[in-house]
Amino acid sequence: MCLSVPGKVVEKKGLAADVDVGGTIRKISLKFVPEAKVGEYVLVHTGFAMQIVDEEEANEMMKLLKELTDGPVS
Amino acid sequence: MVRFLSEYRDKDLAQGILKRIEKISKKPANFMEVCGTHTVAISKNGIRHALPENVQLISGPGCPVCVTANVDIDKMLAVLSLPDVIVTTFGDMMKVPGSYSSLSKERAKGADVRVVYSTLDAIEIAKNNPEKKVVFFGVGFETTTPTIAESIIEAKEQNVKNYSILGAHKVVPPAMKALLDLGEVDLHGFLCPGHVSMVIGSKPYEFIARDYHIPCVIAGFEPLDILESIYMLIKQIEDGRSEVEVQYKRAVKPDGNPVAVGVMNQVFEPADADWRGIGVIPGSGLKIRDEYADFDAARLFPDIEVPPTREHKGCRCGDVLRGLIFPYECALFGKVCTPTEPVGPCMVSSEGSCAAYYRYDDRVKA
Repeated sequence: MCLSVPGKVVEKKGLAADVDVGGTIRKISLKFVPEAKVGEYVLVHTGFAMQIVDEEEANEMMKLLKELTDGPVS
Repeated sequence: MVRFLSEYRDKDLAQGILKRIEKISKKPANFMEVCGTHTVAISKNGIRHALPENVQLISGPGCPVCVTANVDIDKMLAVLSLPDVIVTTFGDMMKVPGSYSSLSKERAKGADVRVVYSTLDAIEIAKNNPEKKVVFFGVGFETTTPTIAESIIEAKEQNVKNYSILGAHKVVPPAMKALLDLGEVDLHGFLCPGHVSMVIGSKPYEFIARDYHIPCVIAGFEPLDILESIYMLIKQIEDGRSEVEVQYKRAVKPDGNPVAVGVMNQVFEPADADWRGIGVIPGSGLKIRDEYADFDAARLFPDIEVPPTREHKGCRCGDVLRGLIFPYECALFGKVCTPTEPVGPCMVSSEGSCAAYYRYDDRVKA
């Protein structure tokens, strides 16, 4: 029930946004993340964007995982 | 390829993390995944069976519809039986049985129950049906509650007088404390719920690491997120540490989302709540503040008659929710209780532990 899915903000009018969620454009409220910009990804839960996806942190995680799993397990 | 999803399903990286887990894990490691969405992701991706034998994942009380007590569902059904009422709710709640019936069964008999995607859709239904009383059955944790609070604020601002909430909202950290205080399960770590934490942040779990010395890792929902979180928990217990760490950093900040928390606190205040299988946990629920009493269905319909509560015979959903037994240890599991003929809510809800084990964990079906 706490499922939230990432979607890209494609248009923004005040606190109402069109968000591309897996190829479907949904009307989403930006009430909780008013600072979200067009082009950014937000986590969508029951019609509301609940958080902006932090791209830097996302890239950092993949970098750390690749370092962790790189090379033989000794 | 969906950005921020597909890249966390890489098979080679998953194998790489599993090898690291096997290498460093020496001590017994019983970890509870608190969140129902984690339970499904873990079962669906076969993670339970890919881990070394000393690492056990135990499902907890994190499916909001599953932990909703029968009495709360019975109250909702009693409101539904009143004249001129339309009940709205999220789809997850429809089939969950109370003591005698479910919203789905009542709708089949002609009651007006409507599933909505968002609470704001429920307000639209209220505006379009001014002669009816539109009641939203509010169930959920901190992920969902801000959206319900916002619907009350908007209804008040827009002067929608026929909209109200029958709330059975719950907050997660007090339930984790209650499980630890019961002391029934030998736990060595918590996989903390990622999307609850996206709202409340990482700080509300600090007492668990500090006072109970139980490591906590806030985890994302894709296979690599979950495996990395398990690795982080194992690292903590092998190092003898107990801290709150965030694996799901792309969504979770230490303070969560203060705007969403502010909206939730504007409308709701802490209250006790009744959890299926656990009972009443102090401070684990939320009630509507007096200022918004006009939108509180519990106060609008004070005289509803609720029949005596009864539990589902033989169903051990409560023991499953406390992590006392695995779903397959219930005598009904897979025999008289299946997703098509469910007895209890843990088999009804798609996020219920019993449903997840039944659908995905081949080993336990035998």
